[in-house]
Amino acid sequence: MPEHKVLQVIVDPERCQGHNRCKAIAPSLFELDELGHARVVGDGMVPPGLEDKARLAEANCPEFAIKVAQA
Amino acid sequence: MTDRPPVSDWAKDFDHLDPRWVTEPYQIWDELRRQCPVAHTERYNGVYFPSRYADIRAIAYDTEHFSSRRVVVREMPPRVPTDSAKPKSPPGASTLASPPITSDPPYHRPARMLLLPAFTPDAIGRLEAKTRAICGDLIDRFASNDRCDAATDYAQHVPVAVIAHMLGLPEGDGEKFRRWIHLLLHEGIAENASFAQALAEMDDYFRVQIASRRSVPGEDLITFLLGAQMEDQPLSDEHIIGTLRLLLIAGIDTTWSAIGSCLWHLAQHRDDRRRLVTEPALMPLAVEEFLRAYAPVTMARQVAKETTVGGCPFKEREMVLLSFPAANRDPEVFPQADRVLIDRAENRHAAFGLGIHRCIGSNLARMEITVALEEWLTRIPDFDLADPASVTWSHGPVRGPRKLPVVFR
Repeated sequence: MPEHKVLQVIVDPERCQGHNRCKAIAPSLFELDELGHARVVGDGMVPPGLEDKARLAEANCPEFAIKVAQA
Repeated sequence: MTDRPPVSDWAKDFDHLDPRWVTEPYQIWDELRRQCPVAHTERYNGVYFPSRYADIRAIAYDTEHFSSRRVVVREMPPRVPTDSAKPKSPPGASTLASPPITSDPPYHRPARMLLLPAFTPDAIGRLEAKTRAICGDLIDRFASNDRCDAATDYAQHVPVAVIAHMLGLPEGDGEKFRRWIHLLLHEGIAENASFAQALAEMDDYFRVQIASRRSVPGEDLITFLLGAQMEDQPLSDEHIIGTLRLLLIAGIDTTWSAIGSCLWHLAQHRDDRRRLVTEPALMPLAVEEFLRAYAPVTMARQVAKETTVGGCPFKEREMVLLSFPAANRDPEVFPQADRVLIDRAENRHAAFGLGIHRCIGSNLARMEITVALEEWLTRIPDFDLADPASVTWSHGPVRGPRKLPVVFR
């Protein structure tokens, strides 16, 4: 089996202020609660092919609330 | 407007109402960022101007030392209650509390949470068709001519009509709203009488609207606020009026300024126009880049407790201009910060502020800007400034073109 680096996205709810940039960039990785604050979809595991979107969401968060880590 | 002494030194004596600052602020800020990243002036009873992203961010996050009880730097402010719960003195002119923008913790959070559901992307998405119709109707009025004023014939009307719709106010009152905003944020920065007059008129207007919703409820935000509870209590009329004042003021000239700045840029950059026409999928990135480069809103804070940021002491009671537009031009954070790159993919801009006061209307603004540009470019794909020298810019907390004559090609 080839080894894949599996990524996971994490939203820090203390930092998120609801700018919604992540949801706009990667709607399959992030969802919003009823107040418009972000959370990860499911367990935050990034499906193959969406790694770049995950990195972009991290790089565009004005509050530095998103982290992309090796799962 | 009273005559203002000319600025001798931007680092020690800046004036954000100086015509040079109003017309072309970016070079002044770049110079300050290199020479004196926290500028100061004795004008307006003492104001600081940090120009580095890191310092602006630190201040936005530090609600202990930097209070939102005053969010606009102006001449001789009237006395302001420090929180919205205090009883109101004489009607109209004296109170400025507009929760949650003028609230600090712990009052801020409940007042904000109340409003958030009305401004989520889904809630705002439901206004898109209406916004598109508003834009189309405006363009119908001038599309058959060979020119228009993109600010006064177009940009300024879009957010007025949308916010009137959200609040259930007659669209025909738009002229009134624009006049109040001019009195408050433009004339009122230096003239207290204008400021007080607008507050009093808004107060009277909203009292009438509240009374009419009490007898005949609608499906608008005013009706929603009348039924809303904060910590198990209905909102006081003062809270509702303050919030309505905020929604009306913050919802109008901010976004009209942003739309105007986008069109000002596109009028001068044929390649960007063409790309947006041929590659419409670029629009979301382009809108974020316009928001970064031409961020319209500069908020303010009052120093609540002496502290130090960026190596500079901040004295209690003085004001701080919290220039998100300057933060967005900091080359430490944004490569080629002085260039507008409409396909900039990494763009952590702060146009909507940072921290707990993030602009609650950011999704509304984005939707309005996007729709206004899409509708314009569909109908008027090619246009130029009619006369660059005739473009004028607003001063004060919101920057955007107020006269923007363009010719269609």
